[in-house]
Amino acid sequence: MLRCAVAAVLLCVGARAQQGAVSHTEATHQAAPFGVVAYPDRPEQPKEVLDRGKAAYSVNCSFCHGADAAGGSVGPNLLRSEVVLRDVHGELILPIVHGARLAQGMPKIDLPDLTVADIAAWLHSLKTGGNMTPTEEINIVTGNAAAGKVAFDRRCGTCHSANGDLKGFAAKFAQPMQMQQTWISPGVMKGPGMPGLHVPPVTATVVSKGRKITGKLGAYDDFSVVVTTADGVAHTVPLDNGVPRVVVHDPLKTHREMLPTLKDAEIHDITAYLESLR
Amino acid sequence: MMRFFYAAMMAVCVSTAGAQSLDPSSILQRDVKAWPTYSGDYTGQRFSPIAQINTSNVKGLVEAWSQKLPSEVTHSGGVGTTVAPLGRVSGSIVQVDGVLFVTTPDNVWSMDAATGKVNWHYQWKTRGGTHIGNRGVGVWRDRVFFETPDNYLVALNAKTGEEIWHKEIASFDLQYFSTMAPHVVGDHLLVGTGNDLDEPGMLQSFNPQTGDVEWTWYATPMKKGDEGLSTWASVDAASHGGGNVWVNGSYDSETHLYIFGTGNPSAAFTSQLRGPGANLYTCSTVAVNVDTGKLAWYYQTSPHDTHDYDSAQTQVLVDGTWQGKPRKLVMTMARNGYFFVLDRVTGEHLLTSKMFASTNWAEETLDAKGAPVRIPAKDFDYAGALVSPSTQGIVNWQPPAYSPQTGLFYVNTSETWEMYYLATTDPRGAMGLGGEQLMNLPSNGGWLMAIDYTTGKPRWKHRYPGVTGALAAGVMTTAGHLLFAPDIHGNLIAYNSATGRQLWHQHIGASNAPETFVLNGKQYVLAAGGDTLYAFRLP
Repeated sequence: MLRCAVAAVLLCVGARAQQGAVSHTEATHQAAPFGVVAYPDRPEQPKEVLDRGKAAYSVNCSFCHGADAAGGSVGPNLLRSEVVLRDVHGELILPIVHGARLAQGMPKIDLPDLTVADIAAWLHSLKTGGNMTPTEEINIVTGNAAAGKVAFDRRCGTCHSANGDLKGFAAKFAQPMQMQQTWISPGVMKGPGMPGLHVPPVTATVVSKGRKITGKLGAYDDFSVVVTTADGVAHTVPLDNGVPRVVVHDPLKTHREMLPTLKDAEIHDITAYLESLR
Repeated sequence: MMRFFYAAMMAVCVSTAGAQSLDPSSILQRDVKAWPTYSGDYTGQRFSPIAQINTSNVKGLVEAWSQKLPSEVTHSGGVGTTVAPLGRVSGSIVQVDGVLFVTTPDNVWSMDAATGKVNWHYQWKTRGGTHIGNRGVGVWRDRVFFETPDNYLVALNAKTGEEIWHKEIASFDLQYFSTMAPHVVGDHLLVGTGNDLDEPGMLQSFNPQTGDVEWTWYATPMKKGDEGLSTWASVDAASHGGGNVWVNGSYDSETHLYIFGTGNPSAAFTSQLRGPGANLYTCSTVAVNVDTGKLAWYYQTSPHDTHDYDSAQTQVLVDGTWQGKPRKLVMTMARNGYFFVLDRVTGEHLLTSKMFASTNWAEETLDAKGAPVRIPAKDFDYAGALVSPSTQGIVNWQPPAYSPQTGLFYVNTSETWEMYYLATTDPRGAMGLGGEQLMNLPSNGGWLMAIDYTTGKPRWKHRYPGVTGALAAGVMTTAGHLLFAPDIHGNLIAYNSATGRQLWHQHIGASNAPETFVLNGKQYVLAAGGDTLYAFRLP
């Protein structure tokens, strides 16, 4: 669930193997932003067929291939098995169950054809995809809160106070992961379950025609900068190879600059500290 | 006077009624009137010898035409039932005989290079597959080839757009998807494919006439006795080990080697079941003989990768100088944050350079082969590991360029960061790219770099304005002492390639690498911005 909320906001989460703006989870099983279901689920089978298949699998197959078919100490992962992926109604699985791979160590199992078909139906009902996020509940609060207080005071204490501006900070978030991500880089994570935090805007100063303009930074590339002054006027100043110079005031500069020196243990400890104040 | 007029008329006739046919051997001679293959030529340099547009006159460059890719379909095919949205251009546009061939996933358009007028539009109805991008067509004689996301190689008549045949590249059931531009080398059609489950990567050679497979090179060992198997836990792990081939490489005609990159090992992040070894030949630059399909040499840029750091950039072949002597080189930058120079005949490692101080997943010291050494503590962590670069890398598929005039390697980069969370306690369930949760952090800056390959250090670099960065599209150099490079704000910018001074720009939302050719005596610069093509020339 969290994944969904997060993926919707952070376009860059997915599609890493080949960069682009589509989440892997979506690309695999859901209607992707492109409107194409990448790998459609198999047609749904009646519950009694799946129940029979699961029961027969548990008795006959799970010992080697794992209760979830993802592989065991002896048997390979069946979720990514080429045979299972290509099989439709058990027609490819059946000969193997009936002894076609004795040489590779797969024993002959005396099961009726219909039972193998049930097992195949159950296997095909399991989600298989290279981009799936497990639904396991993982506790990310593993750090030491006392060490986290020390780290917080050193890293963050100049600008922030856990009892002042950040009072009740952790409680604003549904998930500790959202909170952790936000204290590292405020304003990036948005969407459901996220509080509306005030992140001060980036401002800039530029001198144009002898006049010094300071205000909120708008569109800014190598050829022009837009600065909106306190009176609400947007000033567009043309730029040429860095002239005139634009001085940017980034309120999150410290956050960006701390990334290279921030240790994972510090992150976990600070998160544990902030969570302890929840 | 009369004579001049006649010549101009002839030129117009040729451009509109050209043969639309490409003799594959002609790719070996640089024809400035065409952009006949992925990188313009086989070197991957994306350097054009055309100097008509140069540092003095580039400021006068104007739009010759622009054309939004139309949705009207003149020919269709396909084995599925779904028509995907048209998508964006993120590949190379091949130009032969004054005709452009441009693609998005499932779609090919033929357009007049002088006017942008569409000749035909072929659309493939799809079964599905990851519709993330398409890198363009290959042209062989009078045929145009492209790959589809549901794994077909389709042959079209270049002139009419009619389908000649389609052949299956890889299994859709096994969740392959295909994006590479078929690469024409002589009478070989080199075809790569991608996969985000646990299937092995491969490069296949197809016969462009018949569509038969001539050879298949697997990126991982597939059976007992295969080279590299000792770097995997078992045959089962190796043959489900990934290493996909999804970006075009470069070709050395002297050694007959196709030199290209492979993707991440699988499972990508939870690596326990792969064994502790290097997991060859994933995350590598490899050289495969195009006649035999056999591996000549390899260099692994990320041994035992755990961060999805594909070796995803097109390799750049340079006849350069190394320690005072002429040497045949290949250069590449990997997603993992490092730039590499190798001997392209032997694969011998010559140089590794870390591009950003922030890159933190590897030790400061390199291994005996010059490759980065992964820090296991920077693998996935339940509570999160802060890693730079992100899985997208400091670079990705967007092509770099090289200029023989400056000896510099040009590339758009981004200092990316990401929190890597482990999302399962059971590595068995974590197939492909699963088993993790990634949380992007803002990039700390997008940079255009001009790198001296002899030192691996930037001669000059330019940070794009803004407090954060991103990865911009690919780049091109020309003999006019120019570098054409898209920025992260949607501009296509012309630079003095030696100094980095900006000379011209146009806001087009550039989504691919620019290219150039001469048409009717005029040099054109062509680039795509999403679903629209833009052609520029001097007035």
